[in-house]
Amino acid sequence: MLDISSHDVLIVGGGGAGLRAAIAVAETNPNLNIAVLSKVYPMRSHTVSAEGGAAGVIGPDDTLDEHAYDTISGGDWLPDQDAVEFFVKEAPEELLRMEHWGCPWNREPNGRVAVRPFGGMKKERTWFAADKTGFHMLHTLFQTSLKYNAVTRYDEFYATKLLADDGQVQGVVAIELASGKIQAISAKAVILTTGGCGRVFPFTTNAAIKTGDGMSLAYRAGAPLKDMEFVQYHPTGLPFTGILITEAARAEGGYMLNKDGYRYLQDYNLGKPQPQPVLRSMELGPRDRLSQAFVKEFEKGRTLKGPYGDVVHLDLRHLGEKKITTKLPFVRELCLKYENLDPVKELIPVRPVVHYMMGGVHTDTNGATPLKGLYAAGEVACVSINGANRLGSNSLTECLVFGAQCGRAAADFASTQRAPGRHLLAQAVDEETRLQDQFLRKAGGRERISEIREEMQRTMEQSAGIYRSRDSLEQAAGKLSELQERFRDIGLDDRGHAFNTELVAALELGSMVDVAESIIQCALHRTESRGAHQRTDFPARDDQKFLAHSVVTRTAEGTPAVNYLPVKITRWPPAERVYGK
Amino acid sequence: MAEQIALEVTRFSPERDKVPSIQAFDVPLRKEWVVLDALNYVKDRVDGSLSFRWSCRMGVCGSCGMMVNGEPKLTCATFLTDYAPGPVRVEPLKNFPVMRDLIVEITDFLGKLSKVKPWIIRAKKKPLSEGEYLQTPDELDTYRQFSMCINCLLCYAACPVYGLDPLFAGPAALALAQRYNMDSRDEGKSERLDILSQHDGIWGCTFVGECTEVCPKHVDPAGAIQQYKLTATQEWIRSLLMPWGGKS
Ligand SMILES: Cc1cc2nc3c(=O)[nH]c(=O)nc-3n(C[C@H](O)[C@H](O)[C@H](O)COP(=O)(O)OP(=O)(O)OC[C@H]3O[C@@H](n4cnc5c(N)ncnc54)[C@H](O)[C@@H]3O)c2cc1C
Ligand code: SF4
Ligand code: FES
Repeated sequence: MLDISSHDVLIVGGGGAGLRAAIAVAETNPNLNIAVLSKVYPMRSHTVSAEGGAAGVIGPDDTLDEHAYDTISGGDWLPDQDAVEFFVKEAPEELLRMEHWGCPWNREPNGRVAVRPFGGMKKERTWFAADKTGFHMLHTLFQTSLKYNAVTRYDEFYATKLLADDGQVQGVVAIELASGKIQAISAKAVILTTGGCGRVFPFTTNAAIKTGDGMSLAYRAGAPLKDMEFVQYHPTGLPFTGILITEAARAEGGYMLNKDGYRYLQDYNLGKPQPQPVLRSMELGPRDRLSQAFVKEFEKGRTLKGPYGDVVHLDLRHLGEKKITTKLPFVRELCLKYENLDPVKELIPVRPVVHYMMGGVHTDTNGATPLKGLYAAGEVACVSINGANRLGSNSLTECLVFGAQCGRAAADFASTQRAPGRHLLAQAVDEETRLQDQFLRKAGGRERISEIREEMQRTMEQSAGIYRSRDSLEQAAGKLSELQERFRDIGLDDRGHAFNTELVAALELGSMVDVAESIIQCALHRTESRGAHQRTDFPARDDQKFLAHSVVTRTAEGTPAVNYLPVKITRWPPAERVYGK
Repeated sequence: MAEQIALEVTRFSPERDKVPSIQAFDVPLRKEWVVLDALNYVKDRVDGSLSFRWSCRMGVCGSCGMMVNGEPKLTCATFLTDYAPGPVRVEPLKNFPVMRDLIVEITDFLGKLSKVKPWIIRAKKKPLSEGEYLQTPDELDTYRQFSMCINCLLCYAACPVYGLDPLFAGPAALALAQRYNMDSRDEGKSERLDILSQHDGIWGCTFVGECTEVCPKHVDPAGAIQQYKLTATQEWIRSLLMPWGGKS
């Protein structure tokens, strides 16, 4: 027999955004009964890997308008400016609240919080906890959340479906991983904070759990996804593992060198090389432009061959051991461990690596989706403040600002709603049957998860990488529908209930194929180049047609349909993106 | 054919087995592979039913702790070649109940973590409008090390006391309690001490320091426990000397 448990607000995802939302709900209305459901223990969430820092105006010489301008120009005028204005205004207070909760921010000698420069930012405004910022933020949030008794946790539960009644979202169906039991969890409001989807690509900084589940859950329930074609490549990933070398390494003064030891970024309209880092210039340009420059260097034959593809070098040697160990200890640890080299003395081989999803579930500035009762925040959502290219250190802050905002909005909404009825149980029973039929009790099934996954990843890298074209995208669309078909014929080795991680892998693959299709469709339809979306067949930005968000919905036949929504412009009319001046 | 290495892993299904068994697989021995890569190789290509936890593959999420040739290790940070020519034996973390294959039950730790109140406790909170609590880099340094704990629980697997006395709060929970005790913004030290002195597991710790030795993040939980004992003793003596328990 299926269980049903009910709460006022259910948060799916226990990362930075989810935990911040949970605390916001508890503080907005202490009478609400809150649940946080997560497929891993919250402190394992991917936020833990974030290194560099979190942006928020704090310095006396900095202004909210400058942070807004950097974000909007960095996003190639695709961010919604009302959302950005709200974001930059809330950012400092949210980061300060983290300080009050115990986050070990780095400090100035006088005890004030210290900030560092970051790519695409004109002022120093990135708060950091050495180069383990996400780790410290996540543990601070998790540990702080433990003091709220109103929060019930469903640790290691995997959400497979949103429950909806008459267009209103009222809970989820989830598998308790330990027992394999399928359970309905109902709520008056549901917040998705399930993070990004980097694993759709083969070479990524993203953890194994970043499979776009929340995007697929929302999409399948009828909520639109937005700006899915905008996938960020980070210019400095370690070859083979894809482990990130944080942008902070360049912010502290690291150089990018080609095979001749030349600071090649000067050839790409990013300014002139100086010995010291210059904000919004050279190595501190935005990520899309740096990753594109790598491809151009490769085409010119000026990159180095490596066993896992071509690389360039990140040079930190001139920073000296002291600076590296105090400001970038994790970079050194990772290089020593995984590349067997010491950045104090040696060059670090790096190449662009899939890092962040600008797109996601379409929401307004309250985190509300078009589906009543459904909210989203963090990397799974697209508000949008990131537009066509996110600036480093904006997304940790985004998790806080919009996690909190969405928690407040969901709390207010839940306070006005009646508890969902038990009739939702019927939907949960159907979902249980689907899981049984499709995976656990199915006879036969010839396809292996890993094969379909690898083919999908290869397809995405080849056709939806840093540069794209109609041909490559059309090929990918065909390949993905073939993979959708083959996915139906998956056979599991594991038919057990307790901790069936193979079942989870199959469900994650299902999410990823959905997400991959939406990326390809949005990319095909956007016949211009903007930020992280570069079309070789349409190399220019086209504000006439595409100063607009792509919005993709699932049709009754299950195919994606793409429409457009105008960008909200408040005070910054579209202009050319200028760096290095 | 590429060089191979034998990987021996624990298999256990609560639905099927009474006791765990060991199964051996041959996996490629590649220079850049960590033990976790070998497990994923098996899961992807040989037997999809092998179950284990992992996520970040960069030693920071704390999911992938297992016993590797008898020692608690993060499998994403332990290279296969270090065990050549093999075999490499991978087992679930010691001192925890096994749920499935290489996955152990860790809710006991989470309960203990909540018990030590790992959050900032203050009698009077400063309003946000008054800005940050000042904390000098030196003050930060006094607790920074203890704040580096990734909850991987390798220290529990190495701890002889936890093995015998499951009521013992254990190295990581104590290190995190100490992380807040030492934080200049916190005033909860005596509250935490009350909770911890309710159980005397802490006195069972002999300071052999196995926990500190296996900690992949150099948290030094043994040092934290030592500090704790010292404070607890001081408080205890104070309570003997002063009327009403002497709490200030
Ligand atoms: C290596 C790296 C470094 C980064 N560095 C920075 C940085 O310096 N600054 C910055 O601003 N940003 C950085 N980012 C980006 C930033 O870390 C992420 O965008 C952000 O942490 C996302 O947080 P989140 O809360 O949205 O999601 P996550 O932290 O990914 O959490 C997702 C949660 O959802 C749960 N979940 C997912 N699917 C399901 C399901 N089906 N059922 C149940 N639960 C589910 C997971 O268990 C998890 O708890 C970095 C990213 C990477 C990859
Ligand atoms: S103290 Fe060290 S070994 Fe123990 S859980 Fe924390 S990080 Fe892991
Ligand atoms: S997989 Fe995250 S610590 Fe090993």
